Amino acid sequence: MRPEPRLIEVRKNVLKQNDVVARALRDRFRAAGVFVVSLVSSPGSGKTAFLEKTLTLLRPNYRVAALVGDLATENDALRLARSQAPVKQITTGTLCHLEAAMVQNALEGWALNQLDFLFIENVGNLVCPSSYDLGEDLRLVLISVTEGEDKPLKYPTIFNSADVAIVTKVDLAAVVEFSWETAYNNIQAVRPGMPVFQLSAKTGEGLKEYLEFLATRLTELRQSAAV
Amino acid sequence: MHELSIAMSIVELAAEEAERRGVQIDAVHLKLGALSGVVKEALLSCYEMACENTLLQGSRLVVDEVPVVIFCPSCRAPRPLSSVQLFCCPECGTPCSEIVQGKELEVVALEIQECVPNPV
Ligand SMILES: [Zn+2]
Repeated sequence: MRPEPRLIEVRKNVLKQNDVVARALRDRFRAAGVFVVSLVSSPGSGKTAFLEKTLTLLRPNYRVAALVGDLATENDALRLARSQAPVKQITTGTLCHLEAAMVQNALEGWALNQLDFLFIENVGNLVCPSSYDLGEDLRLVLISVTEGEDKPLKYPTIFNSADVAIVTKVDLAAVVEFSWETAYNNIQAVRPGMPVFQLSAKTGEGLKEYLEFLATRLTELRQSAAV
Repeated sequence: MHELSIAMSIVELAAEEAERRGVQIDAVHLKLGALSGVVKEALLSCYEMACENTLLQGSRLVVDEVPVVIFCPSCRAPRPLSSVQLFCCPECGTPCSEIVQGKELEVVALEIQECVPNPV
């Protein structure tokens, strides 16, 4: 007998485990009628301030809650608790992204049918989160004007995995000579047709349009569920 | 960097197959899309570490890179993308967002040693 190399064909999605959990989550969200929004960005894009504002402004009219993925060294959850919305921290340790199973664990015991919106803030990172479906309805990718207009070209994969782009800190646009047109064109180059909102959590500029967009999406979700 | 956890998933998946089939795996063949979010070099450098103390120890990872192909609504045909920084049809310039190929992160084959009778 002598050894011979041979190829066995298999076809296995490496992220299958995550995808299976994400699908189960999505079914659960659908059954509960909650609209789930995830946020990805690089660190320092103003993601937490943006989410705090979102929760605070939605809370009078909607039942909102948030999950926050934090590295061991961070505590964004504490800050978000100021919005008075239920907030739960997911400490990822050294892991640079959230996975569906972490979301599933964090939501154990939650009565999701008591919610209108659930937000999931991913760890600040524009690379790793792109591969992991969390069962969300909408993925927002945030860039701040201070990061420059070329972020979409540097991270096309995450922009491609997202549904909506949000340009934050527009109150600083003039100071850093940010070109809205260039940024917009770059976003459209890597993700044609992507809706883009520009806003400032600080001055409130642009928040109204974005919040109306979320409200519309929630209505659409409930209508399609009712059919 | 999430390549280590991806590498560990690959090893786990391949080890399961190895055990199930009762074979020794020499190499794992992976299809890796340009939009998979995984960097080839980083993955290759993590692979050996992920294999340590598993059935896959000493095996190789063979990566087949898959370019992005989009569907052009104007040409009504799939077209290869020339750059992931520009989602436009390379033939007619129409912006295209429908991705046909390029997100793959898939184990497609396992290379094993099989004992065959010596030729006479
Ligand atoms: Zn075309």
